[in-house]
Amino acid sequence: MDYVIGILPPLLEGTVVTLQMFFATIVLALPLGLLLALARISRFKALSSAVGVYIWLFRGTPLMLQLLFIYFGLPFLPYVGIRLPDFPAALLAFALNYAAYFAEIFRAGIQSIDRGQYEGAKVLGMSYVQTMRRIVLPQVIKRVLPPVSNETITLVKDTSLIYVLAMNDLLRTTRAIVQRDFNTMPFIVAAVFYLIMTLALTWLFQKLEKKYAVYDE
Amino acid sequence: MNMIKAVNIHKQFNQLEVLKGISLTVDKGEVIAIIGPSGSGKSTFLRCLNRLETIDKGTIEIEGDVLVADGGQGKVSYAAETEARQICRRMGMVFQQFNLFPHLTVLENIIEAPITVKGSKREDIVPQAEELLRKVGLAEKSDVYPSCLSGGQKQRVAIARALAMAPDIMLFDEPTSALDPELTGEVLKAMRKLAEEHMTMIVVTHEMAFAREVANRVIFMDNGEIVEEGLPNEIFGSPSQPRTKAFLQRVV
Repeated sequence: MDYVIGILPPLLEGTVVTLQMFFATIVLALPLGLLLALARISRFKALSSAVGVYIWLFRGTPLMLQLLFIYFGLPFLPYVGIRLPDFPAALLAFALNYAAYFAEIFRAGIQSIDRGQYEGAKVLGMSYVQTMRRIVLPQVIKRVLPPVSNETITLVKDTSLIYVLAMNDLLRTTRAIVQRDFNTMPFIVAAVFYLIMTLALTWLFQKLEKKYAVYDE
Repeated sequence: MNMIKAVNIHKQFNQLEVLKGISLTVDKGEVIAIIGPSGSGKSTFLRCLNRLETIDKGTIEIEGDVLVADGGQGKVSYAAETEARQICRRMGMVFQQFNLFPHLTVLENIIEAPITVKGSKREDIVPQAEELLRKVGLAEKSDVYPSCLSGGQKQRVAIARALAMAPDIMLFDEPTSALDPELTGEVLKAMRKLAEEHMTMIVVTHEMAFAREVANRVIFMDNGEIVEEGLPNEIFGSPSQPRTKAFLQRVV
């Protein structure tokens, strides 16, 4: 027990890094995903196709590869090459990758809304933007909560990939302690930390689903 | 000035010609019933009037303002988006499938468009909305969600929602066709009330008794054309066209 208490401070520090990466990614990826979804269903073919390629690229290659490329590969690109510090580089990779997944979730959600809702709004004089904001998207939120919840929980665990950039998140810190002490106990403590984080998310999404359950469709 | 003036409306879906040159003028306070078999184009025609469908040929004017005009070279030219929206807003519409917004309560359904589109103040529009709900007999339902209502109640909310925008014209697209027979009466009653207040109305309907009793003019459409139009007594009593006769014999 004393051993566990002894390793808590570094593990908590690692958890802070994990949580920072998690929240920053969510804050960027959700709105970006929504914009991409709207662009994907746009009438402008070029825009829609471009976003299609983007989604294909980011869903079709390993997140680890994207992470490595943005950190190690981007500086060597001619003209656009920039060297990002580790946190922004990782954040960029996560946000771009998760936005692609969120985009597909939102697109499916938007397209599942009945045409009659658009017509009902149109005959009341609402513009496309008003229709989306006031009528369609509020209904989309209810429908996409379960898949968004899934992605969000996956993201908590995916943040551990940043160990390849030598960032001291929860998992990398844990591994360092395991190797230092020849004791596998930290793995179990880390597992409990991850479980607590995902439990909190599960609970949050349950609350949200309950909130949206006030109406049926 | 006509409330609606539609001239020579043509509409094709792919290769299928659904409207073959429909013309109709509607005066203030007129109640027009459009009847005819399924697939005759009557709903499509109604949907063309408020831009739910775009037309391929013809002109439409609403209260003297041009919604769509002949653009030359066999094309039509619609008014600019903002202007077209303003013109169409003068026509309320009630759908067969209600199209209420499920995430909003009955009251919110009614005040949504006045607030977002017209910029009405909430405190001004809520009493009006409550008054409209009383008028359609649903005052006690203002805080429930549409899923808790029967079909007839949903449709009456839809009527109140359309009226909240203070339209000059009301379009009804088979408003009772999705309802159980015992629920059509309450909706027709609300519509009859509107007609008595001299609302200009176009009603696409299968309710022949309602058309006969409430309409000033009945239009029989078949196969994308207006076959015959006239006073209810003429159309229902002594139709001159064989197609009208055949249709009425089948439905009445």
